[in-house]
Amino acid sequence: MAKIVVQNLTKIYGDEPRKALELLRDGYSKEEILTRTGQTVAVGGISFEVKEGETFILMGLSGSGKSTVIRCINRLLEPTTGSICVDGKRVEEMDKRELRAFRGQKIGMVFQQFALFPHRTVLDNVAFGLETKGVPKGERYERSEEILVRVGLAGWKAKRPDELSGGMKQRVGLARALAVDPDILLMDEPFSALDPLIRNEMQEELLSLQQRIKKTIIFVTHDLGEGLKLGDRMAIMRDGRIDQTGTGKEIFSHPANDYVAKFVQKVDVTRMLTAEEIMIQPGEILNLLEGPQLAIRKMELCDTDYIFVIGRDRKLKGIVWVKDALKLAEKGEKGIQGILKQADTVHPTTSIEDIYLRMGRTGRSLAVVDGGGNFMGAVTARSILSLLAEGRKGP
Amino acid sequence: MPKIPIGDAVNSFINFLKEDLSWVFDGISGVLDNAISALESFLDFIPPIALIFLLCFIILLVTTKGITIWSFVGLLLIYDLELWSELIRILVLVLVAVILALIISIPVGIWMTRSKTVERITFPILDFMQTMPSFVYLVPAAMLFGIGPVPGLLATLVFAIPPPVRLTYLGITQVPGDLKEAARAFGASDRQVLTKVELPLSLPSIMAGVNQCIMLGISMVVIASMIGAPGLGRVVLTAVNRLDMAMGFEGGLAIVILAMILDRFSRKMGEYEKIFERFGKIKQKLKGVVH
Repeated sequence: MAKIVVQNLTKIYGDEPRKALELLRDGYSKEEILTRTGQTVAVGGISFEVKEGETFILMGLSGSGKSTVIRCINRLLEPTTGSICVDGKRVEEMDKRELRAFRGQKIGMVFQQFALFPHRTVLDNVAFGLETKGVPKGERYERSEEILVRVGLAGWKAKRPDELSGGMKQRVGLARALAVDPDILLMDEPFSALDPLIRNEMQEELLSLQQRIKKTIIFVTHDLGEGLKLGDRMAIMRDGRIDQTGTGKEIFSHPANDYVAKFVQKVDVTRMLTAEEIMIQPGEILNLLEGPQLAIRKMELCDTDYIFVIGRDRKLKGIVWVKDALKLAEKGEKGIQGILKQADTVHPTTSIEDIYLRMGRTGRSLAVVDGGGNFMGAVTARSILSLLAEGRKGP
Repeated sequence: MPKIPIGDAVNSFINFLKEDLSWVFDGISGVLDNAISALESFLDFIPPIALIFLLCFIILLVTTKGITIWSFVGLLLIYDLELWSELIRILVLVLVAVILALIISIPVGIWMTRSKTVERITFPILDFMQTMPSFVYLVPAAMLFGIGPVPGLLATLVFAIPPPVRLTYLGITQVPGDLKEAARAFGASDRQVLTKVELPLSLPSIMAGVNQCIMLGISMVVIASMIGAPGLGRVVLTAVNRLDMAMGFEGGLAIVILAMILDRFSRKMGEYEKIFERFGKIKQKLKGVVH
């Protein structure tokens, strides 16, 4: 079920939003509306749904309205029109008290420039959300310390934010958001202000954290690579509208329009692929019961020095090298059990980067094997090379 | 071109206040007069040397040892110059004026950040209060409240209120927007945003306002001695009238000493965490002595 449903959300800055809305309905662009009415359309009628436990990416360049959307969800900004439903409750209809409770219990927010309170210690920063709810001191400190341990800042609770590095600051920001144990995390370009190494580290940590805590996350970013890495689905925004919503692969393989195509073009396609998608079916495979003579012939046929061996049940049994097979054939033996070696295997979902690493080390082809041990295909040096050649051409 | 009768209007307005609303001013005057005399008699009741030690103890709590020693020497000097009772009179007047000024100015400063209308109305009023020559309102103040400490106090208020208003407003408007946003995002109410984020972060600016309020209060109390405000100001005024340079210098020196002590004191007041810490230490030591 959808956790968050946003329907036809608009946000217009200016004193006469009505005029702008009319023009918007008639299909005028952001620039035209600005010159005609002086109203700025930050978000021009967008709809999307976020599922429970999913990481949803709002992607777009600066000025595309993505930060405005995220702020409309907890009404830090008042939406001009449209509806926002969280767990079936209309956020835009909440009164002050309901809204405060909603923000304090359901939502944790992480900001681009950290927005830590400089006059408070790390611990008091993390405890802020609990403090506003009136949780007693002992309880809120206990809970905050637990969270600090989880983000790896156990020894830093008495420090002030200005004593921390950028990465640590954002860990505090994340801890502050998690301290109230919200269902939803709103993350507004949380890692953009960090340097690349730290950014990467934080992304990995968010991924592993998310596997455990399973929050519903709306993550704003302008970095497509980051979006693809962290997100389950994403919406590409431009000029206050959503051009396309879908998984990274969907958007990449079927861009809705030229803008999206151009936007995703910049990304290194290959980084998204997995073993399953680049594996090939080897020309020949050897059955466990077949002999060395046949093995040698099959290897000659497909011009390789090895052959994968499978059993009757299609399960991978191992690999046979041509030099071993030749020796065996000279001796006149019939079975290949004696020369069967352990094959290098990968899981179908193994990322291309891991494959690069493994193949780079051994130079050998990899057998793709699913969880049940079934042989699915092979990743060879040739398949990698052809992939790189394709990547050059672009999508 | 005919002259617009602004002056006449002011004249009749003051007369109206004096004749028809005199009970209001008598009431205010009575309350303040009583408060001032009560405080004065309380401080007069404490022997000067004991009071000097008490004041220096408070100064030590808030400031440093060096400042305390110099304050002690300065206060002793004033006592030696036989100006102690005048010092108490000016001190009471300044304290009452500053407390009233802060009670008014800090909320006004906060209110200005909350309402555009209040902001637009307040700024010209502040300009008026700060630049209108004080003699202009000293006379009507004396007419409405009679000669004595009260009109001096009120004239002091006019002068001492604007800086803390401006600096409170400035401090709060300079709190970064993303911090306020973050506070609201975590469910803080308007009041919590003010008390937990805006006020703590604008404290240095507000304390600068308090400091300015005190300094301007002292300077104005001296001028207000012309309409009967008691204390060191009157000493200086009398000396000027009599061309008594010795007395004038002594009185002036005492004012400088008072001003310097209050300035150093109010500068350190913002570091309230340190003050609490020192206070806690002393408390523990006292406990140790008792046990």
